[in-house]
Amino acid sequence: MSELLDFNLVEASKALKNKEISSLELTKAYLKSISDTSSLGAYLEIVEVKAISMAKESDKKLIDGTARPLEGIPIGIKDMFCTKNIKTTASSKILENFIPTYESTVTQNLWNDGAVILGKLSCDEFAMGSSNETAAKGNVINPWLKNKKMSPGGSSGGSAAAVAARSALAATGTDTGGSIRQPAAFCGITGLKPTYGRCSRWGIVAFSSSLDQAGPLTRTVSDAALMLNSMAGYDQKDSTSANLKMPDLMDYLDKGIKGKKIGIPKEYTQDGISEDIVKFYEKSIGWLRDEGAEIIPVSLPHTKYALPAYYIIAPAEASSNLARYDGVRYGARQEASSLDEMYELTRGNGFGDEVKRRIMIGTYVLSSGYYDAYYLKAQKVRRLIKEDFENVYKKVDYILTPSTPTTSFELGKKQDPLTMYLNDIFTVPASLAGLPGISLPVGLDKSGLPIGIQLIANSFDEAGLISTARVLEMSAGFNFIADGAAK
Amino acid sequence: MPNKDTIVDVPTVNKIARLSRLDIPEVNKENLTNDLNNILGFVAQLDEVDTSNVEPLASVTGHKLPLRSDDVNDGNIEDLVLKNAPESSSGFFVVPKVIE
Repeated sequence: MSELLDFNLVEASKALKNKEISSLELTKAYLKSISDTSSLGAYLEIVEVKAISMAKESDKKLIDGTARPLEGIPIGIKDMFCTKNIKTTASSKILENFIPTYESTVTQNLWNDGAVILGKLSCDEFAMGSSNETAAKGNVINPWLKNKKMSPGGSSGGSAAAVAARSALAATGTDTGGSIRQPAAFCGITGLKPTYGRCSRWGIVAFSSSLDQAGPLTRTVSDAALMLNSMAGYDQKDSTSANLKMPDLMDYLDKGIKGKKIGIPKEYTQDGISEDIVKFYEKSIGWLRDEGAEIIPVSLPHTKYALPAYYIIAPAEASSNLARYDGVRYGARQEASSLDEMYELTRGNGFGDEVKRRIMIGTYVLSSGYYDAYYLKAQKVRRLIKEDFENVYKKVDYILTPSTPTTSFELGKKQDPLTMYLNDIFTVPASLAGLPGISLPVGLDKSGLPIGIQLIANSFDEAGLISTARVLEMSAGFNFIADGAAK
Repeated sequence: MPNKDTIVDVPTVNKIARLSRLDIPEVNKENLTNDLNNILGFVAQLDEVDTSNVEPLASVTGHKLPLRSDDVNDGNIEDLVLKNAPESSSGFFVVPKVIE
């Protein structure tokens, strides 16, 4: 079985199309791998029967020559995506028995392109968290230094852990402030957050609607390109969906970066960033220079205000979005004698602590008398952050930064909410500006944990992002496999 | 923004919890109040930024939101809509008694 797990997505797709392997054997290898790595807790739901039947369907198409771009590829889906007739909980107790009657656009796009579903992946509750510890069913364990029980990051912790542990060939994630890029960095894999509007939000459990964006978590940059090709696309059902055709990203893998300008923002090397990360950040700058890029120091002066602005805007939108969990239309209900008491008990009992904190913050900053001072102020700062990027993109093509200030940390170490929020300090600015970003692994720190580097492109330049990331990937030559991965 | 250590106190937390329709057990209120003060204290650094001539940014999409025609259409999927309801009857959602 092991050589089947060795194929990355692009290689597996080629082997399937050349009929060297079948989707059924590949899918079975991954189902076994899910069972072998079950102690990591990455999966909330495994859909073995459906997986086998989709794989058989794919094998027919592979044989009769009608194979689609992701034909027969077994993937995992973050539990934020509604999947028809498959339980979708957003890792929350309030949705513990929720079975959607419809399919999200992004997952439907993947099935239309031949992908095979393995199951649903754990995440922080309603995608609110950076360690996967806010999940109602408990944390996920990072397959790196498995015995030390490190965090896989969050919120797409299950997705990142599954790809790193080889219990999914690729996975979907959602990213509001870093929820794809930070766990990808912690788990030594590639995570891409596209431009806001590139992937439809329809059928994705809403957290912060002006920021939420779906994207792939994969082993390689090419794998991310192939996944995003299928996930992205205009959708009338999402009013913020961009009606722009994305070029075939596979055409941009080997374009190189000769003559491209890479911006190095001075605000991203602050106190508190780990020495090993700084070392690999500097190496990455050198690698891009060696491949013909011009390195240009730049400044994004409002960077330090991105996190405070985010922690007003995201909770404000969350408090509004999560008002729908009222125990009336779907989700768990706590019985009570009056309607208001029913709402309060249902929500008090159904949401975890972090979700409650964010609803409370959001309600406060939107409440009468505080709206202008907090919410409107944050939206103004958001514009300044976006303008910082617009100014810099007049001078450079891409921006290179570390993905996170530290590598993964041990699970269960009690951290106050604010310290946890600082994990997203390097990923939040691009989220607020709606820009595409990718994190890819470039090395290991002294303790053997993966280090991620982030590239940020201008709006809708996913193609250039892929070309640049690919150069960095080839130079870094990261080919380590987590000790907790399936063998 | 108020710039002091205690931005919210327990009575304010009670009020926000009520607006949020969240039952917060009495024993958790002090911790929650501290957490909220830490977070609100942190975001208060936005006060340093001069935003006097800045328009708020609510959406990063460059495009105008499309409008669809305003047709009344229930989708004809009553069963699916009610499928996940904790309680329903004769095509309606059921809630605890509102009027005595």
